[in-house]
Amino acid sequence: MQFTVNGVRQEVDVEGDMPLLWVLRDELGITSVKYGCGIAQCGACTVHVDGIAMRSCQLPADSLEGADITTLEGLASGAALHAVQEAWIAHQVAQCGYCQSGQMMQAADLLAVTPAPTDEDIDAAMGGNLCRCGTYPRIRAAIHDAAARLSEG
Amino acid sequence: MSRVGKIARRSFLIGSAVLAGGVAFGVYTVRRPHDNPLEAGLGEGEVTFNPWVLIGPERITLITPHADLGQGVAHMQALLLAEEMRLEPGQFDISFGDPSPAYWNTAMGDEAAPFLSSDQSFTARTARTVMGAALKVLGMQVTGGSSSTPDSFDKLRQAGAMARETLRRAGEVRTSIPVDQLHCEAGAVVLPDGTRIPYTELAAQAATLAPVEDAPLTPRAEWRLIGQETERLDIVAKSTGQQVYGIDLSVEGMVHAAVRVNPRRGVLNGYDESAARDMRGVSDVIEVTNGVAAIADNTWRAFQAVNAVECDWGPSPYPPEQADHWAEVAASFTDDRLDREWRSDGDVDAALTGDVIDAEYRAPYVAHQPLEPLNAIVRVTDTGVEVWTGHQMPRFLQQIVAGITGHDADQVTFHNQFAGGSFGHRLEFEHVKLATEIAMQMRGVPVKLTLQREEDFAHDFARQIGMARGRGAVANGRVEAADIQIATVSSSRSQMGRIGQSVPGPDSQIPAGVWNAPYAIPSYRVRAYAVPELAPTSSWRSVGASSGGFFWESFLDELIHAAGADPLAERLRLANDPRAVAVLEAVGEMSGWGRSLPENRGLGIAMVESFGVPTAEVIEVEATPQGIRIHDVWVAAEVGTVVDPNAFENQVQGGVIWGLGHAINCEITYADGMAEQLNYDWHEGMRIWQAPRITVWGVELGGPVRGIGEPPVPPAAPALANAIFAATGQRLREMPFNRFVDFV
Repeated sequence: MQFTVNGVRQEVDVEGDMPLLWVLRDELGITSVKYGCGIAQCGACTVHVDGIAMRSCQLPADSLEGADITTLEGLASGAALHAVQEAWIAHQVAQCGYCQSGQMMQAADLLAVTPAPTDEDIDAAMGGNLCRCGTYPRIRAAIHDAAARLSEG
Repeated sequence: MSRVGKIARRSFLIGSAVLAGGVAFGVYTVRRPHDNPLEAGLGEGEVTFNPWVLIGPERITLITPHADLGQGVAHMQALLLAEEMRLEPGQFDISFGDPSPAYWNTAMGDEAAPFLSSDQSFTARTARTVMGAALKVLGMQVTGGSSSTPDSFDKLRQAGAMARETLRRAGEVRTSIPVDQLHCEAGAVVLPDGTRIPYTELAAQAATLAPVEDAPLTPRAEWRLIGQETERLDIVAKSTGQQVYGIDLSVEGMVHAAVRVNPRRGVLNGYDESAARDMRGVSDVIEVTNGVAAIADNTWRAFQAVNAVECDWGPSPYPPEQADHWAEVAASFTDDRLDREWRSDGDVDAALTGDVIDAEYRAPYVAHQPLEPLNAIVRVTDTGVEVWTGHQMPRFLQQIVAGITGHDADQVTFHNQFAGGSFGHRLEFEHVKLATEIAMQMRGVPVKLTLQREEDFAHDFARQIGMARGRGAVANGRVEAADIQIATVSSSRSQMGRIGQSVPGPDSQIPAGVWNAPYAIPSYRVRAYAVPELAPTSSWRSVGASSGGFFWESFLDELIHAAGADPLAERLRLANDPRAVAVLEAVGEMSGWGRSLPENRGLGIAMVESFGVPTAEVIEVEATPQGIRIHDVWVAAEVGTVVDPNAFENQVQGGVIWGLGHAINCEITYADGMAEQLNYDWHEGMRIWQAPRITVWGVELGGPVRGIGEPPVPPAAPALANAIFAATGQRLREMPFNRFVDFV
């Protein structure tokens, strides 16, 4: 099957039920996408499919023919980081960092839909992304910061 | 290892207090430094002054041997070295280095000695010295017990200063300008005219000099990095998806493996792998200890294949049903299971003859489950073994792997990795042993074992299960007497037993957070009872204090309310350590304790000392129609000196969320011998919508420097329970709390 990952056309020969998570990690070597739970409970595997944040552990390969997939590696445009990444660095959000790719992909999706989110908006959008280290206060702060960066253009 | 090391290993114990029998070494054995492991591998033009600094013509490498599990200790270690070496971030690389006895942990002896952290008596200091000497002789390289910062604080600054002064000497040799006219700045020796000679250009020269042993440390007022906001060395990689964890590694020619091991931790009676063998990409299905492994060309295919194996599992070696575990705990408050009476102030029996307040508390098994599932890559050849994984006890790992493969421990090369969390999970070895067993059957092929989340949960060595029974008396508005008995399984004995180490003597973790409570109650008794091993357990972030702190600070709160006293004022009146007073006063001020609250709101407080750090927390909750909402947490902890304020705040906030989340909704229960919770849907922890604002104050009284990874955890659960009582009048005496109240 064929789809696009971070702007590059990819063709893979895998079982139809192999989740996108493992296609990305083991077939294409894109490792920012993390395995955490395999059952859509943790959000560590979040990527954008046709512009919408989705759990890649729940997307069978045969549902992705022609899809446009973006991972954290593709969120930046060239050398310039996405505002979410800049804010994540400025607020030093990460501890272990394992969940943070998924957190940033979910946050980027939130900001695309809701440019100036409230804390309640953030809680609602980010509730599926588990952080075992407990960086939630900084995630909230970084999302507000990223929103400000985006509005300043 | 030296002969004395082997003798000591047999008789020594970690994590508990053993002086009986004595750990006595000759003065020379203890004083003699370990060899510098960097000397063996020096390249052309490279120099090393000590085990932490390597300078070559091209680059400066700082060795940061403590494992980075997300707590930020790679950065902290580099900060201490760079401060003294006058290096700026970006001027050096960091490496975990190879395992070595030179990296023995100088701080763990303090926690292992059974004395109050405030006790500076001769006996207490002697005990700490003896424990430390044993750790040194054994070369115990361990990350844990919030000890990385206290271990590193003096040692790495001295190492950095030694490097700096030796390089300055090399500058003198190079230029013939007297050393007192040279200074070091931003990775270079600077001449009086401003000419800079980079350290890298002085390496060869410095290699000819004897390292300067008495280099002065930089005065606190001149610190550029310590105590300042700095950007974590790993923050860009972790914000751009570039950080490589063990699970992301690929090694040339690697195959993928997945396992299923008896979820009852019993034997494998038999299995049928025929369905798995025909699956795409599957090359083999093999037996491992108490389980099976599937080998494939892709992680998911290995998962699918191993899940297709039909297994016949034997029974659990412990009671199969959870109710029987609780019954065993409840039956353990007996004289023959008394592990030790840890404290007996005043005359408790006489003080408890009148009206007695009593209560009973419970703390369940809880899993670690960091988000990166356990994984390891192992390659076994005739001449050696290579292991890639993130681990907290690298030298034990070498010995355990060597014990399986038949190599010598020094033939095991270990590549430590940044880890996606641990919380105590990466002190264990089962995944490494399994990967080694598989690799033994495929000699020469690198085998990458990745645990499925369900497998990781099923074999998580949980936090100790336990109960406490408190009896107390109050009079004239004061707490006068408390008698608390704690019965838990010994996670220390369970954990050390798995690596062949005994823990003789009482286990100081059973009453942790209770016996050492910095309060002067006229009559106060603490007894610890050891429940015989049930399901195996291990160190879970903050270890014994995670349950003990909940028991004691909940019971104390009940006594204070019974006395009609104010929970903060009475704790302040009882506190007998200036550090405890300081953190209590700090959270009182931060939270506006005593202010009038809106309806349905309550403030709760708790203060627990663990790992030498008194930590106080005040929590504000609101009882809403949808359940309890946690609005705010105010935290103050006294660590002597805050080395890295950024990591400090992040660790405290994370520790509070860890403590709260698990207290609210997590437990591991056993049915038919198997853990019933196998993924985050049934063992959730805290999510962002429940996360309160958390305001942090690092109190610095300038005493010994302590670590902050664990101390914020123990006060969280009792402060929440006490706040819920203040808001609703309902006492919560058992975790997880969501069995009794709803949360928003």
